[in-house]
Amino acid sequence: MDVGIVSYGSYVPRYRITPAEIGRIWGIDGTAMGKGLFINMKSVPSPDEDVITIATEAARNMMSRCSVDPQEIGAIYVGSESHPYAVKPSGTIVAEAICATPNLTVADLEFACKAGTAGIQICMGLVGSKMIEYGVAIGADTSQGAPGDALEYSASAGGAAYLIGSKDIIAKINRTLSYTTDTPDFWRREGSPYPKHGGRFTGEPAYFKHIGSAARMMLSEMNTEPSDYNYAVFHQPNGKFPMRMAKELGFSDEQVNDGLLTPHIGNTYSGAVPLGLAAVLDVSKPGDRIFAVAYGSGAGSDAFDITVTDNMKKYKRSAAPTVAERLKDTIHLDYGRYAKFKGKIVMG
Amino acid sequence: MSVARHWRETPGRYNLIGVKCGNCGKVFFPKRTLCPECRRSSMGKMNAYKLKAEGTVFTYSIIHDAPAENNSIKPYAVAMILTDDDVLITGQLVDVELEKVEIGMPVRAVLRKMSEDGETGVINYGYKFAPKN
Ligand SMILES: [Zn+2]
Repeated sequence: MDVGIVSYGSYVPRYRITPAEIGRIWGIDGTAMGKGLFINMKSVPSPDEDVITIATEAARNMMSRCSVDPQEIGAIYVGSESHPYAVKPSGTIVAEAICATPNLTVADLEFACKAGTAGIQICMGLVGSKMIEYGVAIGADTSQGAPGDALEYSASAGGAAYLIGSKDIIAKINRTLSYTTDTPDFWRREGSPYPKHGGRFTGEPAYFKHIGSAARMMLSEMNTEPSDYNYAVFHQPNGKFPMRMAKELGFSDEQVNDGLLTPHIGNTYSGAVPLGLAAVLDVSKPGDRIFAVAYGSGAGSDAFDITVTDNMKKYKRSAAPTVAERLKDTIHLDYGRYAKFKGKIVMG
Repeated sequence: MSVARHWRETPGRYNLIGVKCGNCGKVFFPKRTLCPECRRSSMGKMNAYKLKAEGTVFTYSIIHDAPAENNSIKPYAVAMILTDDDVLITGQLVDVELEKVEIGMPVRAVLRKMSEDGETGVINYGYKFAPKN
């Protein structure tokens, strides 16, 4: 039985701030910082947005593009590292908001930036074993960087939702595999508002080792070359890492460009690969082959080999805004308004 | 507002579910148990009805003097929205610069945080309206 993507939806908040504006406040050359990270601007959630509202918007967009009855959804997994509640699932609210309750299983997932793709894998298993008809996997975050920290220039917000099933799939997931080790490159303790990172530890032994290993395993198992794929999407904490990773593996800039959103919206953490993949699906056509590798600190990588099917021709892609449409029509914030939005001003 | 009351109103707040009178066909939001026109003949015929999530700004007002919990978002716009199924609903406008708000502007319902019961209490979610794009 073929298992794959039946529908998908994306969401990015409308507000933006530039590295130059953040640097202006902290006495740092933000423009140079942005160039170094390859981030031109980042998305900022409105004060009334959080992972639950972002996940809901993405899921509603996903449902509006297909005719699946929400009552046929058997599972919803919301992957994030910024769930609004420590205890109380985000997924139940999303389930209610898309009218999928009560006959389904729901759980929130956390694996730094790859909890969304972990949700896709879980749904694939449940659909493949015929335990459920359809499963929903969502990756979404409203990540915070401590004021003045390097992460403040990249940490942003957004998410994407995937309806996984076996009927009328617009993209077949040919294979998925993961590479996982215990690597303390980035973490956030319960109760602390901002994450910490292991500095230099985040590059070579973390991001590059895990994505590189998962990617090479996939190429070897599928007996493919990078040139066999039309598109490649890699986790994108900044714009630089995925470009370098692609080059090391033998993928070209052209293969990576459509799924590289960090320059326009920053690092959406759990939303990053789900959104990058959504941007690729937005422009893909039947027969296109997509290579996608997510990365979550802590650490692990989930790789996917995907082929777009003929069903993409009749798929109602225009029933919801594409990622590219979300990147137009933005509202820019100065740091003062940004600080107010992010709750960085303590009200007396 | 109590946690229980918010919870009872969830279908309306999340999904704009009101009722349609089975006698005269009029739609009401929020839901009510009897149709004011048909009264007794609408008994048992007030059926759940999901409003269209899209509409236009019918009229609006900019709020400068807001309740304390809305301090961080003021000034903001509150509008009466005429949904595409001709029902008027009041809601906050989001994701729009106030000087760009105008009557007739197409909007769609979005789920947003409505209020939080302090740092440790429950977060209440409900509909607001954003420009349709
Ligand atoms: Zn009536």
